[in-house]
Amino acid sequence: MAAHAKTLFEKVWDRHIVRPQTPDTPAVLYIDLHLVHEVTSPQAFALLRERGLKVRRPDRTLGTMDHSTPTTPRNELGIIPVVDAQAQKQLEQFTKNCQDFGIPLYALGTAKQGIVHVIGPEQGLTQPGMTIVCGDSHTSTHGAFGALAFGIGTSEVGHVLATQTLLQYKPKTMAVRVDGRLMPGVTAKDIILGIIAKIGVGGGTGYVLEYMGEAIRALSMEGRMTICNMSIEGGARAGMVAPDDTTFEYIAGRPAAPQGADFDRAVADWRTLPTDEGAAFDAEVTLNADELIPMITYGTNPGMGMPINGFVPDPDKQPTVDERVALDKALTYMGLRPNEPLLGKKIDVVFVGSCTNSRISDLREAARMIEGRKVAEGVRMLVVPGSQQVKAQAEREGLHEIFKAAGAEWREAGCSMCIAMNGDQLAPGQYAVSTSNRNFEGRQGKGGRTFLASPLTAVAAAVTGVITDPRELYEPALA
Amino acid sequence: MEPIRKFTGRLAPLPINDIDTDQIIPARYLKTTDKLGLGQACFNDWRWNEDGTPKADFILNQPQYQGAEVLVAGNNFGCGSSREHAPWALLGMGFRAVVSTYFADIFRGNALKNGLLPIVVDEETKQQLISLAQEAPESTVTVDLEAQTLTLPDGRSVTFPIDPFSRYCLLNGVDQLGFLLGLDADVSAYEAANPQRVNTHIVA
Repeated sequence: MAAHAKTLFEKVWDRHIVRPQTPDTPAVLYIDLHLVHEVTSPQAFALLRERGLKVRRPDRTLGTMDHSTPTTPRNELGIIPVVDAQAQKQLEQFTKNCQDFGIPLYALGTAKQGIVHVIGPEQGLTQPGMTIVCGDSHTSTHGAFGALAFGIGTSEVGHVLATQTLLQYKPKTMAVRVDGRLMPGVTAKDIILGIIAKIGVGGGTGYVLEYMGEAIRALSMEGRMTICNMSIEGGARAGMVAPDDTTFEYIAGRPAAPQGADFDRAVADWRTLPTDEGAAFDAEVTLNADELIPMITYGTNPGMGMPINGFVPDPDKQPTVDERVALDKALTYMGLRPNEPLLGKKIDVVFVGSCTNSRISDLREAARMIEGRKVAEGVRMLVVPGSQQVKAQAEREGLHEIFKAAGAEWREAGCSMCIAMNGDQLAPGQYAVSTSNRNFEGRQGKGGRTFLASPLTAVAAAVTGVITDPRELYEPALA
Repeated sequence: MEPIRKFTGRLAPLPINDIDTDQIIPARYLKTTDKLGLGQACFNDWRWNEDGTPKADFILNQPQYQGAEVLVAGNNFGCGSSREHAPWALLGMGFRAVVSTYFADIFRGNALKNGLLPIVVDEETKQQLISLAQEAPESTVTVDLEAQTLTLPDGRSVTFPIDPFSRYCLLNGVDQLGFLLGLDADVSAYEAANPQRVNTHIVA
């Protein structure tokens, strides 16, 4: 039995082989869903035009605008104005590309527009057992459904547009087991920051991760998406969670999901996907959720993270010269001293948003904590919903009024200050607590300094003006 | 694409671990719809002052490294985003190869599709190359893709791995899309045997 036992990843991989790997060529993998956005696709469409090629399956392709789009409020005509001429040109080119090649597009200002990794699950397009790609490294998000989903470069975007296939070598597998139960005030974001702090920013290179264990099972789909989203921050191109009833309930009734008897048949199939008993992984890591407290990063990559009550590590205590140099460089950029605590550190900006933490449950959690409180004097807080649908839902629930009453900015949907391409950015030297996924130098604006954390930790910083353990403000009775 | 077989060039050292794609090319330069013209913005925030003058403390700005074609970097080069603008920018700055102990998966794939060779060496060789670049910047190394070797000035050669398909495409100057387009019948057969999972036109 054990000899034939397969992992979730292997099952999905095997289902999509168009042509197996040979000594001379990689495997050719069929792609079920291709998501495209304005920033990483123009050169791919140019290639298609140059060679006179069509998009093979526009009905398996969906475009949205998210990276360079403004999130500033609509004008009196209900239009979200793009002030950046180069971004405007890129958006116009993208619109033309989608029109010319017959690809459905969620354009800026329309009802379904949003971050590419928010809209797929929202519409029910993201389903277990699928292969999903996008010219964006956070495509790993969709792995939360038991899909094999990963980011690709622009050349590969061209390959998928033209052929609906990709050339891929089979990656290795890593089991990431998270047992135990999270304490109140500790979230999915803290789990993934804890995992990346453990394996390092390159520890998952060459692997597909499968997250498993009691703590993962207990998470909502949105929490699982937060975790899979940041697989790439540990170097893993993809992360997956086995589908279960939580998954099926989330998908049921969504527009692109199978309906009625078709849905029942799909669920029966999806139940065969989880990793078989005894299936082998190439590597395994574990994390105990019982012991986890809110996490925060102190450095300039997502692997530089620690418990929020910890102390900034000392370069002199690092085992190798390279690590000393890297940590010293990071602390210089961050303006932090070795061995200092982060609790109590003054901050300037709080960003709640991004494909990591901009879904309705993130906004509900943030709103619940900020309700009746005020953003501290001198702090700017942006709340950027992941999609127009999330924004509309939040407004139906009155969450926008809670954020606005607290003094936060309520914005249109997009990537916003996570990638700082659209004008939403930090000023040089500013400190931000962000719910996004990357704290690289300049990521949120040239010279800006990022502490990555959960939405709860972000709100706690917003209302106190300093880095604060959210458990001090958390009221479990309201949970 | 021009075929790549063998070239000789000088080294430039950048001994920093985990150099991410936001350092290679900051996101604000991704609003272009072209591949060309990104060389000036390569390592932009490390390389240029606000007024456009070179930052004196950035090693690649030193005169002895101008025109170097082989970048020797710390571990895990190219981590972060999927932006193919990263290899486009490195090529635009004049590099033809990057040497590291390992590369981020997406970056490595992107580099190979654009004729920028990601050369994986062991830690000891990397350190030797960095020392060589620092102490004798005028010296050159020879990269031979056919033989998969990197030859140092003292004649010593190290071999590097590259998958046979990428190697074939680079040696012959052909891109990978042509191969996939040739499999049209296989793809059609797959599509006929596997029902369509989702239809994006339904949710348009």
